[in-house]
Amino acid sequence: MTVEATCQDLTPRRLAPSRRPRCPSLRGYALLAAALALWEVLSRFILPLSNPQVAILMPAPSVVVVTAGHLIASGELPGHLLASLKREAGAFLFALAAVPLGIAMGYWRAVHEQLYPLLEVLRPIPPLAWIPLSILWFGLGDTQNQFIIFLGMVFPILINTIAAVHHVDPTLIRAARSLGAGERAVLSRVVLPAALPQIVTGIRVGLGVGWMALVAAELVGASDGLGFLINDARSLLRTDIIVVGMLTIGLAGLVLDVGVRRLAVRLLPWSAALAR
Amino acid sequence: MGRLVVDGVCKIFDEPRGGPPVVAVDGVSFTLENGEFCAILGHSGCGKTTLLNMVAGFEAPTMGSLSVDGAPIRGPGWERSIIFQDYALFPWLSVVGNIGFGLDMKRTAPDDRDRAVRHHIELVGLGGFEHHFPHQLSGGMRQRVAIARALSVSPRVLLMDEPFAALDDQNRRSMQDELVRIWQCEPKTVLLVTHSLDEAILLADHIIVMTRRPGRIKRRITVDLPRPRDEDDPGYIALRKTLRALIREDAAT
Ligand SMILES: Nc1ncnc2c1ncn2[C@@H]1O[C@H](COP(=O)(O)OP(=O)(O)OP(=O)(O)O)[C@@H](O)[C@H]1O
Ligand SMILES: [Mg+2]
Repeated sequence: MTVEATCQDLTPRRLAPSRRPRCPSLRGYALLAAALALWEVLSRFILPLSNPQVAILMPAPSVVVVTAGHLIASGELPGHLLASLKREAGAFLFALAAVPLGIAMGYWRAVHEQLYPLLEVLRPIPPLAWIPLSILWFGLGDTQNQFIIFLGMVFPILINTIAAVHHVDPTLIRAARSLGAGERAVLSRVVLPAALPQIVTGIRVGLGVGWMALVAAELVGASDGLGFLINDARSLLRTDIIVVGMLTIGLAGLVLDVGVRRLAVRLLPWSAALAR
Repeated sequence: MGRLVVDGVCKIFDEPRGGPPVVAVDGVSFTLENGEFCAILGHSGCGKTTLLNMVAGFEAPTMGSLSVDGAPIRGPGWERSIIFQDYALFPWLSVVGNIGFGLDMKRTAPDDRDRAVRHHIELVGLGGFEHHFPHQLSGGMRQRVAIARALSVSPRVLLMDEPFAALDDQNRRSMQDELVRIWQCEPKTVLLVTHSLDEAILLADHIIVMTRRPGRIKRRITVDLPRPRDEDDPGYIALRKTLRALIREDAAT
């Protein structure tokens, strides 16, 4: 899935609270509950009968819940989650440099001309393909991890920022100029706020891609974090921990996305209303 | 203050796909004295917007010169603020923020800024909507904000490009009356582009009729009907007939 395709279904239209489907009734979860029940029965009673070794590979939901409880109580899971979030946040701070860069590329054609070819060449390289080279550059460790995460984040943010600036209504810029705005004021008081909704979209996509890259990076070269947790559990054959880790990764990614979306609705109420 | 001189202005656009260049405005000269309200009337495509854009400073003339109070026009600036057809309000700013934008650009002292913003909100009758955002306003109210925003910087010349074309008939009439009222409160040199005969007669002191392609001045007519203008007045009807004939004969050729 390309970055643009991801952006398509994340248009700010979704930010409008009234557009969200109403809270589905419990009936909507019937199939999920049935599947869980089936899974429980399968892994608890049926699989052990046929092949106990396979049973280990399919931990029952109840076992997963118990393991999750243990991991939380011992502080192990929160510790790994925090380590991952720290990496994501650190990489994000660097990736934010894509915003001014994208504004410059979107606003000045000369900058665009020079940098876009470079962007076109680098962008299709998956962040994970950078892992070998980055290990040689930075060694195993946090820097290398954050570099991979950074690569996952920076392109969606950059691409969306450039597009956002290109889409700024030129009459708004004219209006500002005829009210006496100079170049700096046009950039900071018109182009930036007008582009902000789509920049936020880019940030959401970037955080998501970065989160995926993070787990992969931790699988390879980290001694903590959720990616490390599940890889470590693999060597101990603790499938229950693996599942707990996977669910945590998914949940944290979701919370991150919803959080940014909520924040955007709060901070940019006009953009949600415009998109309606 | 606000004497606009347009002298021998031509604008030629190069056709991007190698066709012949388009002469949009061809040798237009006129002078607006301070406080005059002038309407430019003409068919679609006759170069009205192009002319206005040159006065605004968005585009440079191919030939000729433009000046306000003797100072040549070199680019956009607050002495020539503009009201657009589609309002062009900043959606992320409230009514107060939009109206205060130009004052901020002029680095007006906060007290004076607040006073000026309040004054212009009252002037256009938007009291009580100070903290609304553009998307929360009706079309007519948005146009009022645009008018207040353009006036707040105390321009020497106020430019308008079909400002009421996006409004329905009723709204347009009331906004036209409103504009005349505001203009009488705070006289200003106004250059209004329109293709509506009635809008030109209702609002302007002078009407410049342009020919179609290339855009030249066909006739300049002074409107000396008393304000407020009455559509049933014989003078109004006669003037409307004259203008219609001028526009018609152009369409035939
Ligand atoms: N940037 C441009 N490049 C090339 N040609 C242009 C450009 N702007 C305007 N023109 C041409 O100049 C002519 C005059 O255009 P202009 O927009 O000034 O007309 P107008 O009188 O404002 O028309 P309308 O009433 O439809 O708004 C048109 O033939 C148009 O095609
Ligand atoms: Mg026009």
